[in-house]
Amino acid sequence: MPRIVAHTWWMIGRQLRNLAREPIWIALLLIQPMIWLLLYGQLFRNVVKLPGFGAVSYVTFLTPGIVVMNAFFGGTWSGMAMIQDLDRHVLERFLATRSSRIALVLSQVVRSGLIAAVQALIILVVALALGVRAHAGAPGWLLVLLTSFLVGCAFGGVSHGMALIFRKEATMIAAANFVGLPLLFLSSTLIARTSMPHWMAGLARFNPVEWGVVAARQGVLPGADWGSAAAHLGLLAGLTVVTVGFATWAFQVYRRSL
Amino acid sequence: MDAIVVEGLRKRYKQVLALDGVSFAVREGEIFGLLGPNGAGKSTTVRILATLTAFDEGRAEVAGHSVQHDPAAVRRAIGYVPQESGVDRDATGRENLLLQGRIQGVRGAALRTRVDELLEGLGLAHAADRTARTYSGGMRRRLDVALGLVHRPAVLFLDEPTTGLDPEARAALWEELERLARVETLTILLTTHYLEEADRLAGRLVIVSRGTVVVEGTPEALKQTLQGDSVTVELEAADGERAHTAVAALPEVHEAVLDGRQLRAFVDQGARSVATIVSALDAAAVSIHAVTIARPSLDEVYLHYTGRDFRAEDAEAVAAARAPAGGRGGRER
Repeated sequence: MPRIVAHTWWMIGRQLRNLAREPIWIALLLIQPMIWLLLYGQLFRNVVKLPGFGAVSYVTFLTPGIVVMNAFFGGTWSGMAMIQDLDRHVLERFLATRSSRIALVLSQVVRSGLIAAVQALIILVVALALGVRAHAGAPGWLLVLLTSFLVGCAFGGVSHGMALIFRKEATMIAAANFVGLPLLFLSSTLIARTSMPHWMAGLARFNPVEWGVVAARQGVLPGADWGSAAAHLGLLAGLTVVTVGFATWAFQVYRRSL
Repeated sequence: MDAIVVEGLRKRYKQVLALDGVSFAVREGEIFGLLGPNGAGKSTTVRILATLTAFDEGRAEVAGHSVQHDPAAVRRAIGYVPQESGVDRDATGRENLLLQGRIQGVRGAALRTRVDELLEGLGLAHAADRTARTYSGGMRRRLDVALGLVHRPAVLFLDEPTTGLDPEARAALWEELERLARVETLTILLTTHYLEEADRLAGRLVIVSRGTVVVEGTPEALKQTLQGDSVTVELEAADGERAHTAVAALPEVHEAVLDGRQLRAFVDQGARSVATIVSALDAAAVSIHAVTIARPSLDEVYLHYTGRDFRAEDAEAVAAARAPAGGRGGRER
């Protein structure tokens, strides 16, 4: 076990250090969440006139949703890093060493979660400037960060599994686009669930993006339901285990193809 | 004791039989060459020995450990320099080496010393803290070699170490490899399709063609198996078959090999047979562009044993047939 942890830690260090060398990547990482928040906050400002929003401002309603959307998108695209390692033969080099095999996959997944959490923190700070207060206080912030971490990991697992199966950037891009918007609009990220068509609200219950949005909202909106938060975090944690399992299986498939 | 034992190795990739019963043994401390055209199965053999690729039949042992049953022990004992550079280009040379070392179980001061020693020894010290993206092809290749050596392995696999390098960088790397082989007490398995490289570096070698070993020996012994000289005739027109028939029929010609517009005849004494060969071609109405006489080199050995595989289109066809199974470009695996 300690070997897996150590190797995962070193591999995460490699990935984060390499990303930190890309100034443009860092700039986008910081700016993008702000754009979501400012743009969507303005665009859908009048949505709060619909029933189901309670007494909060739209930007308060939106903040946890944007956090989760961001973690979801980031996770979905995170497999591109695996494709790059495949193309550059870095993965093969590690496979001929004593490297823990699981660490090679796990590090990528945890890295997706960590980046999602960092972005969540940025969004919360920007939202704070826009007058958004997490009603649950510090535990609320922690809940939002944990949710974004789990959403990033869960979809990171899916993305890395797909990367190891497709091994092609073009296919990855198509797949990420295929799931991105439908899952976003099948959730209450932008709109209250009571305002959604009945069948969509029904389907949303099975949508992991929605699980994240529901959990994160308990930390920001008034009247937190901690039971619901815990249940949805549990679902996300379970999903993460499943998707990491999928990515590990895909890794076996890739290794057998060598 | 043998550092590497390979017996009857067979490997099939979907439609293509990559290895058809490869056998050889490498003694501890020697540099052993795996020579052959593209697609012959050299890389597949090395990838199997480096525990990357599974095989269908046969036996493979590295440093006394079974590749099939104890891959973890094999990985501890080996360094692998893949055909395609596995350098992390966004990391510096030093960072690449430090991570590789940690993974391979080297820690702390010992690791830092070792990394400095390798950077110095492979002429990368001046670029140690620059990202590998800025490295030339030769520097990247030297970093690949350093990555393979960081944990002081007993056996080093070098898969086409100088392919794609310019002649100057190639000569420099050869010198480095010769020096390392002396300093590091290593067993090296080297694959190459450069005859010059095998001749220079390898103490013993096998020639691999179409997934099997066709001949084994020291470069010297292999040259001696082709006794006498070779007479190479450059033909004016594409009437090689006729020329081949005419020359092969001569009693003093042991063997004649046709390669495009080049006809090689193996004879006891080149100078004496030239006239006979030329007049035979003249009688067959074949026009000659040039004639050269050569003492045997590994070139002749190679051509003799790999025959038509030497021709580029053949090699490309094999590489192209291999590509779909691996899902990658037409490089040899």
